[in-house]
Amino acid sequence: MRPLFYLRDMMQDIEKLEQELLGQIGAITDLEALESLRISALGKKGSVSLMMRGLGQMDPAERQQVAPQLNRLKNTVTEAIEEAKAALQNAALDAKLAKERIDITLPVRPEAAGRIHPISQVIDEITEIFAGMGFDIAEGPDIDDDFHNFTALNIPPEHPARQMHDTFYLPEKEDGSRLLLRTHTSTVQIRTMQSKAPPHRIIVPGRTFRSDSDQTHTPMFHQIEGLVIDKTSHMGHLKGVLAEFCKAFFELEEVTMRFRPSYFPFTEPSAEMDIRCTFAGDHIKVGEGDDWLEILGCGMVNPRVLEHCGLDPAEYQGFAWGMGIDRIAMLKYGIPDLRAFFDSDLRWLKHYGFVPLDIPTLGGGLSR
Amino acid sequence: MKFTVSWLKEHLEYDATLDELSERLTAIGLEVEEITDRARELAAFTVAHVVEAVQHPDADRLRVCKVDTGEGVVQVVCGAPNARTGMKGVFAPSGSYVPGTDLWLKPSKIRGVESNGMLVSEREMGLSDEHDGIIDLPEETPIGASFATIAGLDDPVLEIAITPNHQDALGVYGIARDLAASGFGTLKPLDTTAVAGKFDSPIGVRLSFGNVDPLPCSKFVGRYVRGVKNGPSPKWLQDKLRAIGLRPISALVDITNYISYDLARPLHVFDADKVTGGIQARLATEGETLLALDGEEYELSDDICVIADDARALGIGGVMGGEESGCTDVTTNVFIEAALFDPIRIAMAGRKLGILSDARYRFERGVDPAFVDNAMEIATRLVLGLCGGEPSHVVVAGDGPNWQKSVTLRKSRVKELGGVTVPESDMIAILDRLGFAPKEAGEVIETSVPSWRMDVDGEADLVEEVLRMFGYDNIPAVPLPLENVVAKPAVNAKQRRVRIAKRALAARGMMEAVTFSFLSRAHGDLFGGVADDIVLVNPISADLNAMRPSLLPNLISAVGRNQARGFSDITLFEVGSEYHSDQPDGQITAAGGLRVGVTAPRHWSGAGRKVDAYDAKADVLALLDAMGGPAGSVQIVEGAPEWYHPGRSGVMQLGPKNRLAAFGEIHPRILDVMKVKGPIVGFEVYLDSIPLPKSRETARPPLVVSDYQSVERDFAFEVDVETSAESLIRAIRSSEKKLITDVSIFDIYQGEKMAEGRKSVALSVRLQPTDRTLTEEEIEAVAAKIISNVQKTTGGSLRH
Repeated sequence: MRPLFYLRDMMQDIEKLEQELLGQIGAITDLEALESLRISALGKKGSVSLMMRGLGQMDPAERQQVAPQLNRLKNTVTEAIEEAKAALQNAALDAKLAKERIDITLPVRPEAAGRIHPISQVIDEITEIFAGMGFDIAEGPDIDDDFHNFTALNIPPEHPARQMHDTFYLPEKEDGSRLLLRTHTSTVQIRTMQSKAPPHRIIVPGRTFRSDSDQTHTPMFHQIEGLVIDKTSHMGHLKGVLAEFCKAFFELEEVTMRFRPSYFPFTEPSAEMDIRCTFAGDHIKVGEGDDWLEILGCGMVNPRVLEHCGLDPAEYQGFAWGMGIDRIAMLKYGIPDLRAFFDSDLRWLKHYGFVPLDIPTLGGGLSR
Repeated sequence: MKFTVSWLKEHLEYDATLDELSERLTAIGLEVEEITDRARELAAFTVAHVVEAVQHPDADRLRVCKVDTGEGVVQVVCGAPNARTGMKGVFAPSGSYVPGTDLWLKPSKIRGVESNGMLVSEREMGLSDEHDGIIDLPEETPIGASFATIAGLDDPVLEIAITPNHQDALGVYGIARDLAASGFGTLKPLDTTAVAGKFDSPIGVRLSFGNVDPLPCSKFVGRYVRGVKNGPSPKWLQDKLRAIGLRPISALVDITNYISYDLARPLHVFDADKVTGGIQARLATEGETLLALDGEEYELSDDICVIADDARALGIGGVMGGEESGCTDVTTNVFIEAALFDPIRIAMAGRKLGILSDARYRFERGVDPAFVDNAMEIATRLVLGLCGGEPSHVVVAGDGPNWQKSVTLRKSRVKELGGVTVPESDMIAILDRLGFAPKEAGEVIETSVPSWRMDVDGEADLVEEVLRMFGYDNIPAVPLPLENVVAKPAVNAKQRRVRIAKRALAARGMMEAVTFSFLSRAHGDLFGGVADDIVLVNPISADLNAMRPSLLPNLISAVGRNQARGFSDITLFEVGSEYHSDQPDGQITAAGGLRVGVTAPRHWSGAGRKVDAYDAKADVLALLDAMGGPAGSVQIVEGAPEWYHPGRSGVMQLGPKNRLAAFGEIHPRILDVMKVKGPIVGFEVYLDSIPLPKSRETARPPLVVSDYQSVERDFAFEVDVETSAESLIRAIRSSEKKLITDVSIFDIYQGEKMAEGRKSVALSVRLQPTDRTLTEEEIEAVAAKIISNVQKTTGGSLRH
């Protein structure tokens, strides 16, 4: 049995070593020094390890007293080293990140931004609206004949629209006939009625051509035609369809409209539709105001047109309308000059164009 | 068509405001385009008395006037030579607008003397060019009265648009008749009582056309008036003509203009002393010339109707009279013509000769065939009233056309077509007021079309007449019944592709352009040529004389315009039609695009690179992918059209006959000709050629993924420089079709370390087993197969 003071000295040594090691850990400022300290304390030949090794030579009673102290010492020192290590690592990372600072105000890498032309966008908008009312898109050729462009539409040969000053003609054929560039999309009314049996509900967006060129006219422009043929559709439906269209297209709760009697060879009765607007300087505000703006021509399909297409006017009837796509695009989006539509000026395309994912839908909204 | 309110009131008794009148006109299809109310514009100008006019102390030419305006006396400095004490003039106060000088008046000092307002001349009021002095009114004119009222300018002028079917509204009387039919006021009857002739006309009339059908002139009524005195017409007539923008000439001419605008009835008055023998209507002889009233000499053709005497043509029938037989100040005997011409022949003659006259305008739209004799009586009475003289009996040739028509209206059609219930009694009343003499016969109404409504010839026209008068605004808007609760797509598969193509290209950073369908033939010929049958006969300019055979030339021109604006990096595309013949199948839908310059502008992170043919190729592949095209089976071969660089271009095809796209660098020679800076790369994708999916199956084949590890092996082959990447990749893939899932090229080297004419291509090959992990031996076996296959098909050897 060894004397009691031995045990007391042992306990004091442990206490002392702990103070010493904790002091050293607290003073260390770099990871390398911390690692050497760890080895000198906890390594195989470290001061703590050596003390631990002494446990083996103790008798059980002594060991019972000293072992917990030594374990505590080992845990305390290990923890202190881990903590110090984490702190040093954090400080080092902070220092590193501080050096990695960038100028977040620098411009980003350029990415090309494409645009959709207003005409395409507006055709998509119109298509959405009429799709909701059960219409299909119909198309026809830009180069057409006299029959589809004039005769079938009840435009007699002496009608001024047939004269050279309005219509672009192609060379005369051997049989004396000549083809032309369609002056309106109404040609597709005829082609549709000739090729399929009623009922018809179509819209016809497309290019049209007239020999006109000034501030407000271009030799090529875009029209959209509408045609409904069945056994019962009448002028009330025509008004209903156009009212719905105007509200949806101009995105207004209510649009005040006016139907005026007018004249087109291919409709009878015929009308022109005006909507309320305000002229404020160069800008036109649609939907309200004291002025009227003419936006389209329409009417009940003339019985002669039905006959030309092989339909019996006693059985079938319906209505048609036509309007300028470019014009209503200008109105809705405040675009001042028609001629600029076809000039492909990058500045114009960027300013008046639409981002490709701005896809008009009825559910998601027509325009942003 | 212009008219004034007071003119309308001569034919129509009504009690309504100007706004109500305007609204009604528009509602019945006589659209009011403009209302000019001079009284409102001239409201500030009043009659004033010059109490005193004395010499300005510091200016010889100025006078200082004390002016009594009726509301007080003001001092005005005036420069007019005729300003004098005691005169009555027209005064504009400070703060008013002077239209003739486009100035707002304000109090000022003129050479040290205060001046408030202005005494104005006719020019300053914008009434005429008269500026020799200020307006000098009669002494009895009341001080303070509105000048517009005194001068008869308080009569609003309306301008209405006339549709081609409303020839009846080309006269004020016809407008009044239509308004009355709509229930707006009461029409006053015209005085058409016959003027008793005093003698037989020394000039006879005849129609000389032989068997021409229809007759170019179907009726000719004439009357001789002797002993007239021509001169300026009276003020009431001059005022009327001036108000609608016509220049008064002489009483005889003014009468014909007046009747033309009042009754939509053109007439002509000849100086009878200049007529040789009798008058006839005949066709011109080819090459016959005539000096017309507009001072132009016209060469006539044998399809133009002339009015002639025994010696020569006197006038172009229904279009314009002749200068030589026209009335002058010394005319004493006249011959009045009221004739009826064939509208189509008038339109043709007018176009051929390029004459736009009031007579042509009316005759080509149709003049009331039953109003020839009445017009003669009204004209005679006016001539006698304004110029005196003694009338002959009328002379007549021809009976006019057979214009009587009857049209039947089924009452039910008004509701069926119009969508509105119009009481039957209203239908009858409307048609009656419009002159259709309706007779009810059970379910139908029998009508006879009035002579002034030649456009009406069917039931639908009568429905329009009833609705027009009942009011389009009374038709209720009703929704079109829907066939499907959820709308079906409006576009078919091809139309959908066009939409997708546009957005796919825009999403790649390209700008969508819309260019003309035509171009100059010279440009078209650079792009495969323009067929003769799609060259325009009457282009708007030589730059736009042919239909485009490709989308590219107009886009290249657009690049040129943008380069001129200072842009160097440009991307443009268009989706639209190309034209290869004049037949519907010659018009095909394509997407074309161009890229010029560098991929990105100079930037702190590094510069972009120059665009090259691979950018155009990438655009095509992206487009095919976006449209669900058969990207996998597409062959990429050389042989792009001649407008591409022969060594830097290609086509994509599905077999040798179905070309889907061409791409590459645009041929520098073309850019030279078009004067556009290059290089430009571009593409054309023929959307119609891309096969549509065969079925509408939406389910995809199941996704097959392998849980076994894939292996990548790299190879470097030495091949001939002419060996295409495509052939190398195909050789590798075909060596082990199931196992090889990906082949990519990561390096190409050609240079001093290589033999002349050889290049090194380094590829990475991915092997993906599906049922087990590959052993090293199996991998080696595949590698050996790859090497031998490449050797066999391309002559390439593995580099070590």
